[in-house]
Amino acid sequence: MNELKAREPVIFDLSQPGRNAAAQMVASVPGDAQIPQSLRRGSPPLLPQVSELQAVRHFTRLSQLNFSIDTHFYPLGSCTMKYNPKACNSLAMLPEFLGRHPLGPETHGQGFLACMYELQDMLKEVTGMQAVSLTPMAGAQGEFAGVAMIRAYHRAQGDLARNEIIVPEAAHGTNPATATMCGCKVREVPCDANGDVDIDALKAAVGPQTAGIMLTNPSTLGVFERKILQVRQIVQDAGGLLYYDGANLNAILGKVRPGDMGFDVIHMNLHKTFSTPHGGGGPGSGAVGVSKRLAPFMPIPVVYKEGGRYRWAAEADLPQSIGRLSGFMGNAGVNLRAYVYMRMLGREGMVRVAEFAALNANYLLARLRDAGYDPAYPERRASHEFIITLKRQNREYQITAMDVAKRLLDHGFHAPTTYFPLLVPECLLIEPTETEAKEDLDGFVEAMIDILREAEHDPEKLRTAPHTMPLRRLDDVRAARQLDLTWKPAA
Amino acid sequence: MSNVPSDLKYTTSHEWVRPLPDGRVEIGITDHAQSALGDLVFIDVPAAKRTLASGEACAVVESVKAASDVYSPVSGEVSESNPRLADTPELLNQDPYGAGWLTRLTLSSPGQLAGLLDAAGYAKFLDEEST
Repeated sequence: MNELKAREPVIFDLSQPGRNAAAQMVASVPGDAQIPQSLRRGSPPLLPQVSELQAVRHFTRLSQLNFSIDTHFYPLGSCTMKYNPKACNSLAMLPEFLGRHPLGPETHGQGFLACMYELQDMLKEVTGMQAVSLTPMAGAQGEFAGVAMIRAYHRAQGDLARNEIIVPEAAHGTNPATATMCGCKVREVPCDANGDVDIDALKAAVGPQTAGIMLTNPSTLGVFERKILQVRQIVQDAGGLLYYDGANLNAILGKVRPGDMGFDVIHMNLHKTFSTPHGGGGPGSGAVGVSKRLAPFMPIPVVYKEGGRYRWAAEADLPQSIGRLSGFMGNAGVNLRAYVYMRMLGREGMVRVAEFAALNANYLLARLRDAGYDPAYPERRASHEFIITLKRQNREYQITAMDVAKRLLDHGFHAPTTYFPLLVPECLLIEPTETEAKEDLDGFVEAMIDILREAEHDPEKLRTAPHTMPLRRLDDVRAARQLDLTWKPAA
Repeated sequence: MSNVPSDLKYTTSHEWVRPLPDGRVEIGITDHAQSALGDLVFIDVPAAKRTLASGEACAVVESVKAASDVYSPVSGEVSESNPRLADTPELLNQDPYGAGWLTRLTLSSPGQLAGLLDAAGYAKFLDEEST
């Protein structure tokens, strides 16, 4: 079966000149005649020419090759995509939402605006921040908005010297990139052996040049930053602002709030924690929450409620805003899905998300440790995710984290994140999320036990895995060295 | 156990430095570093004439696992960088202390090598790091 699927050609290879699906063709395009001749293309686009049934079969077969959250346990977790409840999708697709034009008058979109207003409110509540803007289109843009606000704040204070952003080494890899994009210098601070920020190094790093710190908490090491209040004090005393990377918000939802920890800005990946679809490139949504002192600098638009009516607030309301990051309300459809998700969970449900996410992660960690795997931070409890290191197995059996990841595919499990974070050698970063049943977690553990046994007795089986997939081990080195590009530089 | 030639100087961030007969120094990354990174697929080396401070990120080595900065162990001006690495990054995996060198510098001040690890010191550091 898989052998057959492996031979599924590219749809262009099925193409025959003149073949098409007549029933699917649009007879005439309304408005076509109004497009000036100069703007029309001279030749038809190079599309595959296949019958309707050929197209249906091709894409159905491809979809059957998917390893996805709807088909398999997926230990990439919220970092890549949690389970998306189907109701979020159906409700966000109501015709009243789909048919609404973003340039329509506010009076025609009160329902939608109410949803966005309430979403702002719920995100404020769950993070403890003073205000929320939903306009960033993705996590990266949320980060950009956050640091841009920090810069705008210092500038408004007339403090032009603060251009350095402190980034602990266990922070999200995007943080230094964001700081650089915002014109700041990056100052890295190491972590101690237990995964907490090295306080002495932080003290040495702050000064009158410090614009702020970007902290991921729980960090990419899968542990909660225990010295968070000390970190806050040191950075605040130095006059810096505090940025909370919300990528790992799933672990703390409803339990602790960045606002209560004294943070000035947080970006939230609604497409992670709040379960909207993503993976494969988006769209995401990177809402930002801010403290009182950063509220005037929020990206616009945001939604205000006045006298029972909702309206867009923009330049006139927030003259110090860092500006627009998207035309209207960011990825409105994604925001709507997050809104439905949060309304379905309610306050109690949100706390349950964090509790079950942490419980599932710690259960897996305990069972894998008993099975003979080494936790990277054996002294620490996991947050919503944890890291095991195969350094010992690599030495003893000459197998790698990648070999284990590939062999998991043969057992019917999507591979976890490999070789990230870079601080831990031969690592697997495992995040089950809150939605997995105990039986599924146990099935994963059984597969990991089988794989460890195989590492001892038949390591070659691991090194050449996967064995049951449509394609075997790909040569990723050759693929990266000899790029197969259709793009050619201009002569 | 990785190869640590006795005639070179080292850093704890896994760079090596070789004094050249004309007074310049040659810089690369160690056998341990290339082995930890795995097969390299892209290497970015500093342009000639660029001035580097000691500890400054000066090159990027990218494998299928990760991209890492290489830090200049000394300060000086780049006189030339290895032109072969752009098309054949595997040279660094095959011969990290020879054909896989990254860049050559004219030192901004003499005596900078004294502060670096010798081979025994680096080997000991590797030992401690692996336990």
